[in-house]
Amino acid sequence: MTRVLVPSGALGLAFDRNALAAGISSHPDIIAIDGGSTDSGPFYLGSGQSKYSRAAIASDWRLLMEARARIGVPLVVGSAGTCGTDSTVGWMTDITRELARELGQQLRVALVKSSVDPAYLVQAWRAGTMAELADAPPLSAARLNELSNAVALMGVEQICAALETGADIIIAGRATDTATIAALPIRNGDSPGAAWHAAKVAECGALCSTDPLSGCVLVDVDDQGFEVGALAAQARCTPDSVAAHMLYENADPYILHEPGGFLDVSKASYVATSNGRVRVTGSSWIRSTAYRVKLEGAYLAGYQTTILAILRCRRYVKHAAEWATRLSRLVKNRIYTSMQLTDDDFDFETRLIGIDAALGHLETASVSPVEVGVLGIVTASSQELSLEIARLINPYMLHMPLKHDENLPTFAFPYSPAETPRGALYEFGLNHTLELDDPMQIFAVEVLQIGPGHD
Amino acid sequence: MTGPVSKRLRIRSKNAGPFAITVDIFCPDNSTFVRVCNKLEISVVAALYAVPVDTVRRYEVSALNVLKFSFTRPVVQGSRFDRDMHGAQFAVLLEELGRP
Repeated sequence: MTRVLVPSGALGLAFDRNALAAGISSHPDIIAIDGGSTDSGPFYLGSGQSKYSRAAIASDWRLLMEARARIGVPLVVGSAGTCGTDSTVGWMTDITRELARELGQQLRVALVKSSVDPAYLVQAWRAGTMAELADAPPLSAARLNELSNAVALMGVEQICAALETGADIIIAGRATDTATIAALPIRNGDSPGAAWHAAKVAECGALCSTDPLSGCVLVDVDDQGFEVGALAAQARCTPDSVAAHMLYENADPYILHEPGGFLDVSKASYVATSNGRVRVTGSSWIRSTAYRVKLEGAYLAGYQTTILAILRCRRYVKHAAEWATRLSRLVKNRIYTSMQLTDDDFDFETRLIGIDAALGHLETASVSPVEVGVLGIVTASSQELSLEIARLINPYMLHMPLKHDENLPTFAFPYSPAETPRGALYEFGLNHTLELDDPMQIFAVEVLQIGPGHD
Repeated sequence: MTGPVSKRLRIRSKNAGPFAITVDIFCPDNSTFVRVCNKLEISVVAALYAVPVDTVRRYEVSALNVLKFSFTRPVVQGSRFDRDMHGAQFAVLLEELGRP
């Protein structure tokens, strides 16, 4: 039996300290936490940065490093720094180094790197070892060369390779949400179906319980199944709360694809045991003949500047859509003539907050709002150009009347300057897998000694 | 899905990766589940989200009284024309289906 402590669904989201203490006193064999996701959008992968603040990561990581030192078991973070590129693995290593010095800990740290050179993917594309997943965007060798960053999602094999080094702490690049949790049970010879299923249930921390915000969960995986329980005093796992988590952020409620195979839970049974815990059996791991890992990649798609005006007068609120259409027409003509640009050089879009900003043309409701926020979004090939265009648009968003022969209105700008440079826009561009001859083929394990005296 | 029972339905939508949305309809009991399953065919959901019928997958998870739909995202998550980064507002359209 292997006991895995999962302190929360994501490093940086904080967790219940009492629950963590309860988890530590139950002597887990490993502490595993997820550090990333694509869920916050392509910016993090495109730019190779973390979504969460350094302070939030360091404060959670310090507690976990202290807890780990008390019981002397490995501590693993997967998808370090949101996107898991080599740059965010480095960022996480710097934080770990700083904390080790402060805490006076001598540590063996294994890094698992998962960034993939776009040139390597071009070769793989030509060799036919990349395959499309459902809903994949169109791809070409030329397009692959334009990727800002690409990563491959590691599974248990790569985490196990890092465990082999005897590391105290493992900082893994992009990994599937489940890999860090499933690795040690599988290495110990527990049921792979149970290990992957336990990992899927626990990957979001206490989201599989009646108190999703409490963070910590504990899973015990054996050769027949697994048992899961939430650690906060008030949190309970029920057969339904555990079974329902398979639905979360997963297109198929019974199947979960992972490197080297897939998990099938269609025959799983969920039984409540004691103290708000649930035992699960009947989950199967189906090993595939080829070893495939999923790829993620992001492209630079321009630079943006936003501008926000608020319409409060009833006549303009009522005719906001008509106003926005007129605005787009007038400002585009002004941009063509004053800046000698064409539609290929820029994009200007308005979104009407209060009307349909969240759902666009899919919106089915029409309720009269008190006011309408008009969010103008300019996209161009450089930050300077998008800002220059937004400055040209500024007086129109402030004063444009519905009809040319009426008094000039003045709308509300919430701040000065009204234009906000937003930086780079990135877009996801890969939904593909890559076949590997050896699971370690594109991943690298690096071992460091850190702590006082090691700089 | 009007009337008092609809108030007890819980509907959630979320990205399933950057290229797909998944919608879970949690029914309070089996009779509601059966009624919802009878009403919500793939064509209804495809029309509501303006996506091709053949990209919508439908799962009846009877053990949990959950009806689940997954479909290709009309706009890729976070791309220039995306309006809802996490895809969580898509659920509202199903919640309000059939309401005046």
